Amino acid sequence: MTTLDIRGLRLRLPHTARPVLDGVDLAVGPRETVALVGESGSGKTLTSRTVLRLLPEGAVAEGTVEVAGQDVLTMTAKELRDLRTRTAAMVFQDPRAAINPLRRIGDFLTESVVLNKVLTSAAAEARAVELLEAVGLTSAALRRYPSQVSGGMLQRVMIAGSLMGDPKLLLADEPTTALDVTTQAEVVSLLGDMRERFGTALLFVTHDLGLAAAISDRVSVMYAGRIVESGPAAELFAHPRHPYTKALLDSTPDPDAPPGRLTAIEGQPPDLREELSGCPFAPRCVLATAVCTEQAPQAAPAPGNPAHTAACHHSDRLGTRLEGETVDA
Amino acid sequence: MNFLRFAVRRLLEMAVTLLGASFVVFGAMYLAPGNPASFLLGGRSASPAALEAIEKQYHLDDPFFAQYFRWLGNVLQGDFGRSLQYRTDVSELLASRLPTTMLLVGMALLIVVVLGLALGRFGAVRGGAADTTVLVGTTFAIGTPSFVAAILLQGLFAVQLGWFPSSGSGSGEGFGSMVWHLTLPAVALALYLVGLLARVTRSAMLEAMEGEHVAVARSRGVPERHIIRRHVFRNALGPVLTTAGLIVSTLLVCTVLVESAFSVGGIGQLLERAATTKDFPTVQAISLIIIGIFMTVNFVVDLLLPLVDPRITLGARSKA
Repeated sequence: MTTLDIRGLRLRLPHTARPVLDGVDLAVGPRETVALVGESGSGKTLTSRTVLRLLPEGAVAEGTVEVAGQDVLTMTAKELRDLRTRTAAMVFQDPRAAINPLRRIGDFLTESVVLNKVLTSAAAEARAVELLEAVGLTSAALRRYPSQVSGGMLQRVMIAGSLMGDPKLLLADEPTTALDVTTQAEVVSLLGDMRERFGTALLFVTHDLGLAAAISDRVSVMYAGRIVESGPAAELFAHPRHPYTKALLDSTPDPDAPPGRLTAIEGQPPDLREELSGCPFAPRCVLATAVCTEQAPQAAPAPGNPAHTAACHHSDRLGTRLEGETVDA
Repeated sequence: MNFLRFAVRRLLEMAVTLLGASFVVFGAMYLAPGNPASFLLGGRSASPAALEAIEKQYHLDDPFFAQYFRWLGNVLQGDFGRSLQYRTDVSELLASRLPTTMLLVGMALLIVVVLGLALGRFGAVRGGAADTTVLVGTTFAIGTPSFVAAILLQGLFAVQLGWFPSSGSGSGEGFGSMVWHLTLPAVALALYLVGLLARVTRSAMLEAMEGEHVAVARSRGVPERHIIRRHVFRNALGPVLTTAGLIVSTLLVCTVLVESAFSVGGIGQLLERAATTKDFPTVQAISLIIIGIFMTVNFVVDLLLPLVDPRITLGARSKA
């Protein structure tokens, strides 16, 4: 059974012309790491939040979001609390904002499992100490306040907190964005270690392609609320089959390349107030033809590699047409 | 800065402030129009010899600073002098009236804290019509001066319904009787501050609810009522505590009006009478006591703030 199985997720917000998530399909298997990549506003954070049913006010969701076989969208309040306590947990972007500054770190770690009577206070404290040590801190942190530790340490606390209920699924929403670069690498490798040691699946949301390549087994690329390409990390980065993925890779700085201007993607992502017909990326795409604006492309597997899918009418032209071509920014 | 150093420094500051306040209090009465000697004579004309005798007895003919330092020296020994009006020691007058005022202010404070926090919390958590009701109600409470509230309460609960006495403090008839007598005055005294505290609590809680850590706690399955208590109400306590000084000083000032309106024989009523009859020593003593209580409350609030918000360190200057 897949740990996370999202099928046909469509999410509508008030005062928008089109769904902010439009038919998202995404699966994460047990112990697997999947990176969800996209730029700001692509819907990647919203997708990960939907897994815990943390929906914005007035949002209407269709489709199914199954965590360990149970549909999150139809859960009762009690089942939802149970899911959030013991089955799926999120590591948030900014630990300074996400942890109450007025309560002790020990309190943050134990409150969910104790208040939901998953563990007794003594057992919860023992588990908190165990997890603090696993993330490289000591039990002394229990008595500290968040303002007394560094951002990197606090993100470790956050990771320890997410593991308190022994979840099957970890959701990490850009967990390194608020940290400085040296701490970023530590936190990413720690997440990998924790996934290994505690046997959780990991959905890693990021806009950083390099990070996605480093940590994940599979990658899904989102654009304008849709998954445009999905596949094994190495394969997807070596042979992208969607022009957006290709353009993203081209616009990532490469330290080995000779210095020069970075390639940018022309135009802006589509506005939520506009209805979309056809492929959402068509207006910015160098390969776009008439069919792209008329017909929305469906995800199709790559020849000889059914695990690698892309929603593009011109996937097969991508390898030849764009190779070596530079788009002036 | 450690606790002891902070406490000692603040106590020294308080002593200096109190000294300055004593000078202002003494000087204000000295400068005020009217002469205590003529009051002592009760409007009768007296022979120059008798007048001189009185001035000698009360040291009224001494230079200002001599009078001030004599008074200050006595006050430091706990002697506030003799009341010109009652012809008894001021400390005795205070001893008999302070408990009444303390009970009145204490009852009012209890009403303010319990009702103010509860209403503010109710409005913030429920929202919608409940919140609107709280907002309208607190607007009325804040807009009603305590002496108007006193008249309204007397009219309704004392005259019409007869549930509570309309005046008196019931002192000397046992504690229960005192509470019964002081209920209406306490409500009149508390009304404005209930509104104020409810408003402060409500807005502080609404602000705390916006915190990302509240959404995070929800995402971790923490039950809603615990979120309100542990993350919203708890985080609203800082702003609430800082209004404590304002609340206590308002109570002490308004008790003068309310005690007079209800003929409660506390120090508020005593202050009002002493001021109109130029009873120097009594006014000075009560003013000093009120200033002292006010400063003590602010001192305690300063000591408590770091407990409520660990990010605040003792004695740190606030960033303006």
